[in-house]
Amino acid sequence: MKPVTQVASPALLLLDANIDTDQIIPARFLRKPRSDGYHHYLLYDARYDMQGRPRCDSPITEADSGAKIVLAGHNIGCGSSREGAVYAFVDHGIQVIISTKIADIFRNNAIRNGLLPIMLDQAPFDELVAYCQAQPQAPLTVDLEACEIRWENDHCLAFEIDDGSRERLLKGIDDIQATLAWDTQINDFADRYLADRPWVVPATGRHCR
Amino acid sequence: MTQPPLTLFEKIWQQHRIASTGEFDLLWVDRHFVHEGSFHAFDKLDSSGRPLAYPELTFGIADHYVPSNLARLDDDPEVAGMIRLLEDNTAKHQLTYLGLGHTDRGIVHVAAPELGLTLPGLIIVCGDSHTTTHGAFGALAMGIGATEVAHVLATQTLWQRRPKTMRIHVSGQLAHGVTAKDLALHIIHQIGTGGATGHAVEYTGPAVANLSMDARMTLCNMTIEAGARVGMVAPDDTTLSWLRDTPRAPTGEALEQAERHWLSLYSDPGAAYDKSVTLDANDVAPRVTWGTSPEQSVAVDEPFATVDSEATHSSLEYMGLNAGQPILGLEVDQVFIGSCTNSRLSDLRDAASVLQGGTVKVPTLIVAGSNRVKAQAEAEGLAEIFRQAGASWGESGCSMCVAMNGDSVAPGQRCASTSNRNFPGRQGPGARTHLMSPAMAAAAALNGKIVDIRTGG
Ligand code: SF4
Repeated sequence: MKPVTQVASPALLLLDANIDTDQIIPARFLRKPRSDGYHHYLLYDARYDMQGRPRCDSPITEADSGAKIVLAGHNIGCGSSREGAVYAFVDHGIQVIISTKIADIFRNNAIRNGLLPIMLDQAPFDELVAYCQAQPQAPLTVDLEACEIRWENDHCLAFEIDDGSRERLLKGIDDIQATLAWDTQINDFADRYLADRPWVVPATGRHCR
Repeated sequence: MTQPPLTLFEKIWQQHRIASTGEFDLLWVDRHFVHEGSFHAFDKLDSSGRPLAYPELTFGIADHYVPSNLARLDDDPEVAGMIRLLEDNTAKHQLTYLGLGHTDRGIVHVAAPELGLTLPGLIIVCGDSHTTTHGAFGALAMGIGATEVAHVLATQTLWQRRPKTMRIHVSGQLAHGVTAKDLALHIIHQIGTGGATGHAVEYTGPAVANLSMDARMTLCNMTIEAGARVGMVAPDDTTLSWLRDTPRAPTGEALEQAERHWLSLYSDPGAAYDKSVTLDANDVAPRVTWGTSPEQSVAVDEPFATVDSEATHSSLEYMGLNAGQPILGLEVDQVFIGSCTNSRLSDLRDAASVLQGGTVKVPTLIVAGSNRVKAQAEAEGLAEIFRQAGASWGESGCSMCVAMNGDSVAPGQRCASTSNRNFPGRQGPGARTHLMSPAMAAAAALNGKIVDIRTGG
């Protein structure tokens, strides 16, 4: 996983509330292999019409192509747990999502894929949006080490993120490898726990097609 | 030193905590379900080079891509390929697999409980947000993403931030014709789709205690639509007697030991929740969604969306509706009765009691949640009632809930549906979904429009 430390770019604005993961990546694309990249499918039905032609009211335009930061409406990522929604953003080059609320499962998925989720209160969020609307091409700098968002020369906004998530993102930690260090604790726990509660393991089943 | 009073959620969380670092706890996972969509996770596991840690605790079940008419498998190689991929991955890692022909197969959240794989006090995870369903048994059940699925496969554990706790207390009783689906829509309408984000919800109160297991599953299923990771009901006699009839729940001495443990799983008197909401079940009427978010619903006899906001406006535009219009009498183009919210036997019985002797006016698809439910519905004559009424009766699975298996709603068409999400495009690009209970959907099928199940008009 690619570490996230400092990200500077103009922001892409997706300000509708409740942009759910079905909209972020429609279900029919979830069967696609990741190898071709999931950026094609990001907000697909909002970007293309039924015939696959670009829509004139598409929320993402050519001008947004270099954006690495998204300012998103309240409750972004609600609904289905599909990690494909996070892949779609990441493969599009997005490294930071800022909103007033980010749905839990989407947020967990983001942290595990090098996408920094930042939740702000309404007033600072509105301030950022106002700036980005006034200066669409001007960059924001998101600094995860300092936990700050900076713009122009003198504007700076602190954000909060829990230590565990911050560390995972800063170091690009892969949980599976990191958990190896806990193998002894896990095995001890499992031995004790399963001895105490033998009923947890169900009777063996059959493999059947 | 005496223990401080704990909530149901806190008890189960603590019993599964292996280690802690800051805000993250490493939790033991008792039960894990995988489906066709889990292929990313198997790829990640394989590339990590680790073997599957506890194959006896993970179960593979085909549901999302299973066509409601199996003959269609030959026409869609991509769909057939998704099912084969799951079959191959489960075989390779020697997991129990409930495939197309298996009598126990079904939607994960319908099949696993009825097999007795879902038990109180367990931590249950699945790469599917509606895993909250299993909380109906007093389990701590969460939807997770593909990277987390891979982690569970490799380690049988999960790193999680501890959510806050929230109690939703429902006093009173649901009136005749009002179901757990209506209660769920009512709650989401009250607290909003983000109302429980970051929280583990516990449902309490007389109205909840009186719900059947099927109804509790419907309620816990929809909890994710309020943003919660977890929705749970403490196990009681209803839970225990339901489990005794399942084929794979513990038996004999193991059952006695398990039941003693299960009955210790309740929130202690005086346990503190981070948030509390109280509602009166008597205020709940049959509800129907009018918009593109599950929070946008009204009682069937109310007009909708008189409030003017940008969000309301874009929802109404997508749905092809005007503010202030009554929902009653709104014509629908088709009906879907199914999904992990409402495809259990009691749901099908509700639908059948409405459809009996009538004829549907619009295309109606009825899909059982599992092969067991399907067999039972056929044995007791429900399927015959559906066929007589002119409805299609499909192979069990997710079907038109998510439109991955070839069943979908055409662009611009209006569908009365017992599923859980009315998001734009959920049932197919441009599809317009109205969520409601099985009886309400059946009544809409007979009338070709939305009617009030209590009055029939
Ligand atoms: S029925 Fe619908 S909501 Fe339930 S698991 Fe299947 S796709 Fe998901």
